Amino acid sequence: MYSDLSRDVQKLLESHGRAEKEVYLDSENSGLIFPEAIDAMIKAYEDKGRGHPAITHRVGWETYETLYGTTSTVAKAVNSRPEEIVYTHGGTESNNLAITGLARASPKRRKIVVSSIEHLSVIFPSERLEEYGFKLVKIPVDEEGSIDLDFLAEQIDQDTLLLSVAPVNHEIGVIQDVGAVVELVRDRDDEVKIHFDACDALGKIPLDVKRLDVDLASFSSHKVYGPKGVGALYVREGIELKPIIHGQLSTQRLWPGLENIPGIVGFARALDLMHKNLEHYASYMIGLRDKLIDVIMDSVDYTLLNGPRGSRRSPDNINLSFLYCEGEALTVELSLKGVYVSSGSACTSRVLQPSHVLLAIGRRYEEAHGSILMKITPFHSESDIEYVLERFPEAVARIRSISPLKPGSEENV
Amino acid sequence: MSSRIPLAYNPKVLELFRNPKNLGRMEDADVEALAGSIACGDMIAIYLKVNKETERISAASFESYGCAANIAASSIMTEMIKGKTLEEAWSLNWKDISDELGGLPSVKYHCGILAVGALRRAIRAYFKEKPKPSWMPEEPTPDEKHALEEEKLLEILTKRVQKRMEARSRRIQGTEEKK
Repeated sequence: MYSDLSRDVQKLLESHGRAEKEVYLDSENSGLIFPEAIDAMIKAYEDKGRGHPAITHRVGWETYETLYGTTSTVAKAVNSRPEEIVYTHGGTESNNLAITGLARASPKRRKIVVSSIEHLSVIFPSERLEEYGFKLVKIPVDEEGSIDLDFLAEQIDQDTLLLSVAPVNHEIGVIQDVGAVVELVRDRDDEVKIHFDACDALGKIPLDVKRLDVDLASFSSHKVYGPKGVGALYVREGIELKPIIHGQLSTQRLWPGLENIPGIVGFARALDLMHKNLEHYASYMIGLRDKLIDVIMDSVDYTLLNGPRGSRRSPDNINLSFLYCEGEALTVELSLKGVYVSSGSACTSRVLQPSHVLLAIGRRYEEAHGSILMKITPFHSESDIEYVLERFPEAVARIRSISPLKPGSEENV
Repeated sequence: MSSRIPLAYNPKVLELFRNPKNLGRMEDADVEALAGSIACGDMIAIYLKVNKETERISAASFESYGCAANIAASSIMTEMIKGKTLEEAWSLNWKDISDELGGLPSVKYHCGILAVGALRRAIRAYFKEKPKPSWMPEEPTPDEKHALEEEKLLEILTKRVQKRMEARSRRIQGTEEKK
């Protein structure tokens, strides 16, 4: 059965073929990596990262030294201390550790507050905690995705354990006013813990955990164009968490098992590059982002931008809804043209529900089904964007031509 | 994005997505039917030309708002029913369509079900003004019900979104009044 599937995928790829040019715009789901990060990982595997950092021999100590050095790099990029960084194997694990780990360590407070557009790795563990007597409150957002601060204020009281919010949303790129959020929460009750799912903020906007006065912050390596399978959690000194998985401890108390040292080395290298070049990369990505948004919206009718425009949008994020055009079919059509993107359509999901983020900003179901998410990276060139702009209108037009619903006909909407 | 699943389509699905057979509205169709809804993310239109004497389908075409599997399922179905009598076409089920496509991923079975739902709806429509044949059940079959359920779901979902938006605007108004 399994080998049949693998043969089918081989045949699928053969029949798909490869377009004359390829542009990879799906870094939301990983795919591009700094060559410097790969080099650093190979070096770590071959030399000073090959051992176990908690073992008492030369190779172990070398590996420990490597881990210590990379952790300093990671800590510096977010202005924490190295002792405050815990490694996991990705953003999903970091978010789970932050939320469930805090809940397990907190005997009294029972209310968890998250925004309604958080990543599922924040929403699902929070929902799971409802089964254990916690109360979950989801903060509504406006039509651009900014959280409702008045609603939030009402939810902060002596029973509130945690507020979790992403400074940059993974799907619609909205940048929250986290300074105002933290101030509001601290003013009302300074015992409330604040967690940022900062996977999409890291390397894209300035992120200083001390200045922001945040307690917990999640990071993901592949989102800064490092290797997959590496994440980190900033845990402010003095914040009590309990581990959520158990086993042989290595150098970390909160995450057992052998650290993925070469992966961490690659992550640190990629993060360092993003951190040092943040301003330059951000303004470069914003240029490509706005060109792509503006020209597509000009050249394709019945198109909506999801999330805000301008400085309140993450430099890398493009999310457009094409009415009368089903998103999954459009991802396949674009793939045949060498343009790789993802969609918030129900058809791409396990549960056949469209993106909860798009529904939360008030998009109708048909608008969510026609959504396409693209992420610009520092690796993209002007000519990549030109190529995408050439291919996009014909791709949307073909998918629309298959549909019984024709743009503009009243009965459709 | 929502929770994902690998969708390793059979190459036949990709081929029919790329070059769909029998695509497009049939202007001189004897009968047509629509199933699904845009809010659910899939919708299929089926057009049939039927020989009045033999009750054989002489031509069939489709339009689809949906994923690649949906387009391929509708397309292959129109191929499969061409030349068949309406009775033979009625007996087609979603599994036949899935098999013909080399097996649909389980999460995409409903694409085949919706295609069959649209086809049976078209066949029922054909007999609307005529005496009903004995092979056609009075009650809707599961595939037809599935199409109905999707359409009902649309109403529920639309109401849910409306409710949320109303609650939000009430809240915004409330805050403004406070100020």
